[in-house]
Parts: sequence; C-alpha cells; structure tokens
Amino acid sequence: MKLNDEEKDILAGKAGPVPQQALQHQIKVGEFFGAEDMVAVTQAHLMADTESLGEAGVRWLEGLAAIVDGQRRVRIPTITDPRGTDFANADLLGQTSAMLNLERRAISAFEALGVAMTNTCINYQTIQAPTRNEHVAFGDTGVVIYSNSICGARSNFEGGPSALAAGLTGRTPRYGFHLPEMRRATLRIHVEFTPTSLNGWGALGGVIGRIAGNYWAVPVIEGIEGAPRSDQLKHFGASMASFGSIALFHLAGLTPEAGKLTDVAAPGLPGLRVTRADVDELQRSYHTDDQVDVVVFSAPQLSLFELSDLAGLCDGRRFAVPLLAVTSPQVKPDADRIGYTARIEAAGGKVLSGMCFYQSYAREISEAMGWKRLATNSAKLVNILGGYGYRPMLASMESCVDAAVSGKLART
Amino acid sequence: MNTRIFRARHAMGRTVRGPTLVAKDGFSARYDLDRINGIFSRPSHKLAGQSYVGKILVLDTAKGGVATAWMLHEMQSRGIVPLALVLNSVNPILAQGAALGDVSMLAGFDEDITAAIPNGAEVEVNPEMGVLTVVD
Repeated sequence: MKLNDEEKDILAGKAGPVPQQALQHQIKVGEFFGAEDMVAVTQAHLMADTESLGEAGVRWLEGLAAIVDGQRRVRIPTITDPRGTDFANADLLGQTSAMLNLERRAISAFEALGVAMTNTCINYQTIQAPTRNEHVAFGDTGVVIYSNSICGARSNFEGGPSALAAGLTGRTPRYGFHLPEMRRATLRIHVEFTPTSLNGWGALGGVIGRIAGNYWAVPVIEGIEGAPRSDQLKHFGASMASFGSIALFHLAGLTPEAGKLTDVAAPGLPGLRVTRADVDELQRSYHTDDQVDVVVFSAPQLSLFELSDLAGLCDGRRFAVPLLAVTSPQVKPDADRIGYTARIEAAGGKVLSGMCFYQSYAREISEAMGWKRLATNSAKLVNILGGYGYRPMLASMESCVDAAVSGKLART
Repeated sequence: MNTRIFRARHAMGRTVRGPTLVAKDGFSARYDLDRINGIFSRPSHKLAGQSYVGKILVLDTAKGGVATAWMLHEMQSRGIVPLALVLNSVNPILAQGAALGDVSMLAGFDEDITAAIPNGAEVEVNPEMGVLTVVD
C-alpha cells in the first residue's frame, strides 16, 4: 500500500505503539483486499460487546489502555455500538456478575482510549448522521447499510478491531465501498409490494438480502411506493445486511445516489421480481409455534417514534409473559420524560437502554430465564437468534403485544 | 501421491495443514456457531452439529454481522477455533477477524471451491503462495 509521510511516521512508531499497532492491522486488511492507499475518515463507530470480546478481547483492550496517555487516544470522534447489558436491569436478564465485571473492564479500557460510550446502533437517528460522500468507519452492519444507502456516506463493515484502528489512526484502507465503482448496482430487484409494518419491511429486506447473497452485491430496488420513513428503512436495511451481509442498496428515485435507475445501473443489468408472497413466506417460515415465552423489541434499538407506538399498544393491557423494549441511552431519557416508558412498564413491560438483545449473552439469557419461544417484530433478530438456541418468531408489533398478554402468537 | 492445487486471489496468515470440513453454505461466528462447544449450532446450517475445531473450513461466503471480527480472536485464545478458513468470497469482517485472531485464510478462486474440495480431504493452506493444495 502507498503510505503518505504521516502514515509512514505512524508505522515507524513515532506516534507511539497504539497507533502503530492499529496501522499494522489496517495494512494487513488493506493488502488482503488490494487497497492502494488509505482514506481519511471523520467518525468511527465501534461494535465491541463483551460476549464477542470475551476475556481475551478485553485483555487485549486493556493492553492498549495501559500505554502512557498521549499515545493511546483516538484522533476522531469514536463512538460505541450497544453494550452487553443494561446494568440497571441485568437481573431481569439473568446475567451474572462475571458478565457485568467484564463489561466494566471493557468500558474502562475504552474510556482510557478516548472512546465515547454512546452504546447505540441507531447513531444515524440519534448522534450524527453522516453526509453524502463522507468517508466513515462504522461497525454494526445496520449502521453501515443505512449510512451508505440512505445517507450516501462511504463505509465498509468495520468490525470492532478495525473501527478502533480507524479511530486511532483517523483513516482506513481505501477498498470496497469507499470506491465509487464498487457502489454501482450489481442486480436489479423489482418489488411488487410495498410493506407498511416494520416487520414487513424487515421481511422484505431479508428476502432481498438472501437473493443478493454476499457483501459485494449492490441491489438497486424499483417499485417502492411513497417515501419510506426512517424506521422502516432502518428495519429494511438491518435485515438485508443480516440475511445477506449486504452493505449498500439503492432505491431508484429515492436514495441519494440513484436519482434515476441509470445513475447506478448499467443497461441490461439482470433483474428479479419480489412479490408479496415472497415476503409472507419468509414471515411464515419463522412462525413455528403458537406459544411465546418472551416478547422482545430490539435489533435495531427502538426510536422514540417506535416507543410511542408501543406505548399506545400497551395502554390498558396486562402482560402474562415478559415484554422487553430496547432503546438507546439517547432516546431513553426522552421516553421517560414524555411518559412512554411508564405506559409500557405499567402493562408489565420493561424498557432497557444501551444494549441490544442479541449482543447480550443471548444463549445464557435463554438458559437462565427459560426463554426459547421469542416473538419480535425484528427480522434481523429472528435471523440471528436461531443459532443461539431460540425458536424466534416474526410478527407485527401489534401481534407481539397481543402475545405478551395471552402468551400465544396468533397466526397471520 | 496425487496433488491438486487451487490458487486464491486473497490470502492471509501462516501455512497450515489439516482435514477439511466442506459445505456450500455461509459463515458467521455469531450466527452459526456454538463457540463454547466448538460446533455449528444454527439448525439450518448444512454443518449443524459438526465440530469445526482444528478443521480447515471450506465454505461459500461470509454472512451476518460484525462480531466475527472479535470472535475469531476469542476462539483462538481458547483453542476452539478452525485451523483455517477457505471461502469463495469474504467480507471485510472475516478479513479483519482473521487478522486479529491469527487465523489463516484464502478467498476468491476461479471455480466454486466448495464443489472442488472433498469433505474430509487432507489439504495444505499456504497463504504466502496464495494456494490450497489437496493431498490425497
């Protein structure tokens, strides 16, 4: 890779061992993908829940944090994805003191590195959305696909080690979706059905993600009616990224790089149709039981508007099974102040903050709490939780709340 | 001794030799694995129930989220880790995870590598040369 003088100095250790190690990691990844040089980035978003880090990862972070101050801090705004717990409600999830201690150690290390503990996967709704052509280093696939597709920013999937490296060096290898030619559509999808519910948008994203199939695929989607809302596109993108490892899509006539189809698609690009039956089939495939042990709204964290909708559905209800709603530390105080939290919790639900369900030792939660049959309106969550031993079921927010009351999920 | 050689466009890590575990399916450490017991745990995965420990995994493509970037490092620390990863295509997360976790990896072949390599075959992965060699 071509390095400029500043990068050569970093690699030579003139800025200290932490940026040096970070740049070495970035060069290894950049050379793997044939990157020619580095590109400056303005923000980094760091996924590092302790279930993923483990003891080994936390020790690795503590090693960086032990370097003398002045040689270990991030150079650009570097924020965090959800943590592995909501400390105030860890008992509700059956989490152990060992899990919480590991979390505390990770947080201490991140703070010593200058990382801002925002603990959110909806930073594009709550912290600062990137702008068109802004190069960033974002983790959490849902954050990347939204930032690339809806905002027109430029990011690859940056896992925790690489996002932290970008924070420490202020740059990232220039490959993948930092390159204009890689952002062109590779397949056309004509959608014959525009969902209205969030689970419907998530299911549509899942169908397209499965079709597209790998990280380097860029679907351009035609046929969406109206102007989708941020929360709808949040579920759509997060699910597409989850089912297909997709990092960028275009909506013809809607998203910034696809004012018209030909802006992103070459003539003769192969196309496929997606019907309502395809979307319904994906949802039905997850309806494998009628009984429900727990209802979870999470993945991505809920916006203030989603919590408002949920509060409206909870009024006058009494839950027979636990209902958890997970949001960000930025949204939670507003939900408390406006009264959404009180209305959800008056029905027997619980609003959690700063975590995400699948990033919080989901397997151990299942074993500790006896939760197997889980209802949610998040297509991303059902795609993930199968491997954790759950029987996840996808339904509308309304049906999930009904299930929390009766313990049964109605067939749709 | 018969050998067959497959050349990869992307390569990382040290030379390793061992038995393959092959499937035309994806790979995500979070979505697909019981990392405590070292087996594929996602019920719909073609390798569900099989141990990946010490195996050279030959799979189609990277799936899922960003957690694999940390998880390979954590799995390596406990020795409950694949010996190498060989894929038709990878995403940045797998490359970042392999770099941190010191897991050898090859990706990008001229043919479908999951169809070309027999399950259980003894193979050598040589990232420096960018080749996979099947040793019958």
